[in-house]
Amino acid sequence: MSLNQLSALEVAAHVRAGELSAREVLEASLSQIRAVDGQPGRLDKQQLDPAEEQKVHAFIRLTEDLAHRQADEVDRKISAGEDPGILAGVPVSIKDIFTLQGVETTAASRILYNFKPPYTATPVQKLIEAGALILGKVNLDEFTFGSSSESSAFKPTPNNPWNTSHVPGGSSGGSTASVAAEEVALSLGTDTGGSIRQPAAFCGVVGLKPTYGRVSRYGLMAFSSSLDCPGPIARNISDAALMLQAIAGTDPKDSTSSVVPTSNYLEALKEGVKGLRVGLSPDYTHLFYPDFETGELSLESIQKEISESVLHAASVLADLGAEIVEKVPLPNTKYSIPTYFVVSRVEAASNLHRFDGVKYGYRTPVEVEDLQDLIRRTRAEGFGSEAKLRILMGMYLSSEGFAANYYQRALKVRAMIRRDFERAFDPHGEHRLDVVLTPTTATTAFKRNDVFGNTVRMQYSDQMTVSANHAGLPAVSVPGGLDADNLPIGIQFIGPDFREDLILRAGYAYEQATLDEAWRSVRPAILRQEVAK
Amino acid sequence: MKDYEVVIGLETHIQLNTQTKIFCSCKADSWEAAPNTNICPVCSGMPGVLPVLNSAAIHKGALLAAAMHAEVNPVSYFDRKNYFYPDLPKGYQITQFDEPIGKGGYLDLHMPDGAIRRVRIHKLHLEEDAGKTKLDHGLRLVDFNRCGVPLVEMVTEPDLRSGEEAAQYLIQLRQLLRWIGVSEADMERGHLRCDANVSIRERGSQVLNTKTEIKNVNSIDAVRQAIIEESKRQIELVESGGKVVSYTLDWDADTGKLSMMRSKETEADYRYFREPDLLPVVLTEEEIARIKAELPELPPERKARFEMEYGLSAYDAEILTEDRGLSDYFETAVASFGGEAKIVSNWMMNDLSRLMNDLGKTASELALTPAFLAQIIRMVEDGKITAATGKSLLRKVEESRREPAQIVEAEGLAVIADSDALREQIQSVLAASTAEVESFRAGKESLLGWFVGQVMRATGGKADPKRTREILLELLRQK
Repeated sequence: MSLNQLSALEVAAHVRAGELSAREVLEASLSQIRAVDGQPGRLDKQQLDPAEEQKVHAFIRLTEDLAHRQADEVDRKISAGEDPGILAGVPVSIKDIFTLQGVETTAASRILYNFKPPYTATPVQKLIEAGALILGKVNLDEFTFGSSSESSAFKPTPNNPWNTSHVPGGSSGGSTASVAAEEVALSLGTDTGGSIRQPAAFCGVVGLKPTYGRVSRYGLMAFSSSLDCPGPIARNISDAALMLQAIAGTDPKDSTSSVVPTSNYLEALKEGVKGLRVGLSPDYTHLFYPDFETGELSLESIQKEISESVLHAASVLADLGAEIVEKVPLPNTKYSIPTYFVVSRVEAASNLHRFDGVKYGYRTPVEVEDLQDLIRRTRAEGFGSEAKLRILMGMYLSSEGFAANYYQRALKVRAMIRRDFERAFDPHGEHRLDVVLTPTTATTAFKRNDVFGNTVRMQYSDQMTVSANHAGLPAVSVPGGLDADNLPIGIQFIGPDFREDLILRAGYAYEQATLDEAWRSVRPAILRQEVAK
Repeated sequence: MKDYEVVIGLETHIQLNTQTKIFCSCKADSWEAAPNTNICPVCSGMPGVLPVLNSAAIHKGALLAAAMHAEVNPVSYFDRKNYFYPDLPKGYQITQFDEPIGKGGYLDLHMPDGAIRRVRIHKLHLEEDAGKTKLDHGLRLVDFNRCGVPLVEMVTEPDLRSGEEAAQYLIQLRQLLRWIGVSEADMERGHLRCDANVSIRERGSQVLNTKTEIKNVNSIDAVRQAIIEESKRQIELVESGGKVVSYTLDWDADTGKLSMMRSKETEADYRYFREPDLLPVVLTEEEIARIKAELPELPPERKARFEMEYGLSAYDAEILTEDRGLSDYFETAVASFGGEAKIVSNWMMNDLSRLMNDLGKTASELALTPAFLAQIIRMVEDGKITAATGKSLLRKVEESRREPAQIVEAEGLAVIADSDALREQIQSVLAASTAEVESFRAGKESLLGWFVGQVMRATGGKADPKRTREILLELLRQK
């Protein structure tokens, strides 16, 4: 087995024990990237030969020098008998929406193509302090606006390691692709409406969206500030727990970070699921898609194999002693996407105001007439179409006379969505759930260009995930099988505030109980090809 | 011509004198700092950074709200005001919109003629300042140093009726801000900035007519003058059949002229919404009570008390309560002196005030403590030193920082009351002034004052004036 197949937990254990040097781990990781990743994303459309088309293209920028220095520092600490941290020598990729001092941070947008921040994002800093090796910045949807990573200004955009003609999902598609392709053990992603969990499901890896405020947002370029959550992407639950341990906690630089103490997430996994109350909801068995003529919501079925995986997981957990509670009503789920359209666009439009060509980033090269002209041209040329769409919509929805009908109303619906969960988790209520079990997505990974361009349809691929963002709750997507086309299926556990331990426990129990299932031995296509060579 | 009245509302921006900016740890004060040297990723609007609220700004904002008799809001929020301008690096200003730190409130103007005009406060909220831009040889330069400096924006109701009232409002507001220690309130340095909204109407009418907004009126004289000019212009316009149009006007202090900046026909849409990066500002009942308890006695109350308690004239009480330090100085000196307060007041109004002016110091900056002043006055009152010696002692104590009694002792400044010593001095003065002695003896007795002056000069002002006069008369009348 190659070093790249080791889990983060195993790498750190070996490195800490002095059985493996961080340098060796790094070299293995770099050689895997060279083998499967192909050319990094660059501005503008690239002409690719067919072989290059089939690569992963997770990275926008490798930070080899930095990773070498970090590896040397870990190895020095080991030989000096110092503690190198809980992630000693673990290769990590960073979604290119987090700042890293002195390294270009692009948000996958032309408007920041040359921006070098003078500060490092808190979760990145925590990874570095825990001994992780930062391999580079990975691709994403521009400013995280999308669910396929195709809206990035940096081409080629990432492919799904299970089938490179499919998207890896998004917006953390570069993150999940890099982890699935065994280029790195862990990746730092962000989740605003499902941007960690949906691509994790599409790429067959674990993606955890922590409780809002559990992980600092400092240095995360904001999409929707009241929804954004940084979180771990890993190949198994233990690694996600390990990474959460490293990045969670309060941060004086983020007023919205929580002072609630963190748990020992790895330790919690061992507690099992006996007596755990796991809920299934009829509101998570369909998509509620709007009819644009009538405005009515119509039901769309979700992929059969995915529903079956969820039920299978429920029976596995039941066998382990969990209590399955059926028919838990979460009736406001159907409004979660419309609500998200409003809240996230309003905040996004405001968050993008600062990109005006005055201070940093892209500035129009055209001779301008005046200041207005400079700002207009810079933004017209610098933002991609999805960003522009979101700015327009956000401005419209928050403008005087409309805000009350849209933004203020959306905030009320958001509170109702949260109340649904509060009732379900209420220890004195009817259901008294510990976790809710749902599909992560309605379909497995779609083909490149199949959905891209239909911004509403694309947004609806977050229907199963976005409610946890509205409610601020922790949720994790766990690999739950493969469909007929060998594309991964994700199942999701949603838990109460700051109970990452509960959803990780449920995920871990399910994962351990299904280790012998046949689908687990199937490897992503990109890794099978590699073996074939 | 009809009888018109002017209707004025003032919008003030008050820079709070906190150590650091409102959302980052940069120094709040950038006076004379080179452009863009007092900035960080937070106040210069870099992507990904987050604001962290400075609790001192909340405290000072709440204190000001309490001093303005506003309700201190137990839960207030920050909001985003979105617009594009290069001096606003985030593209939105973090401000308070519908739930600000203070609600309501008023300031009672004590007009020089004794009348009181209550000016109601329409809005009192915290916000961050923007930077500055200027055009220089066709280049637009931006300085972010001022970005994130804590401000209170305070807007009055249209309750002011003349340029003079507006000036009085600013004078009393400035006094209050310094009094409670929330702002240096120096208009020249932009600590206190003012825009004036001016309209006219027929006296007796309750209608609010179209107003113009005068920007850039950054001294009290400018506010007074600009309002007078603008109300004159509006009256002439209306009298000649014209209509006031809602303009923004710029005041040029050098020429004393107003010029149009832009039409305000369309109001900008700032798309306000709650700042999601900050938590609500919660002040408990206890915290609000503590803030209110911290509020010192305010100038109008203190002035009234000085008149009552110390028997000061309205004028003296007014002067002595212009500055909180000065009024505290007065009260401490009175207590230390133990005698009549009026005497202390006279010393302060005349000689001490002259000394402070000469040295450019405020009362609280003096080395001459209230206790030292009281000691000097006591020595004069007891006849230990002459009034002239006492006056000269003020500067000596200020410069040497030594106790007045010590200086009197060391320099032998005590009154020469000893008759023999004084007689000797007088005799030598007379011996040196034979011509004047002859004139006096020839009947020009008005020369007595001149002789006293000579003796004073000879004794360095230490001669007891009463004794000097007696001895002089005795010697001059001897033939």
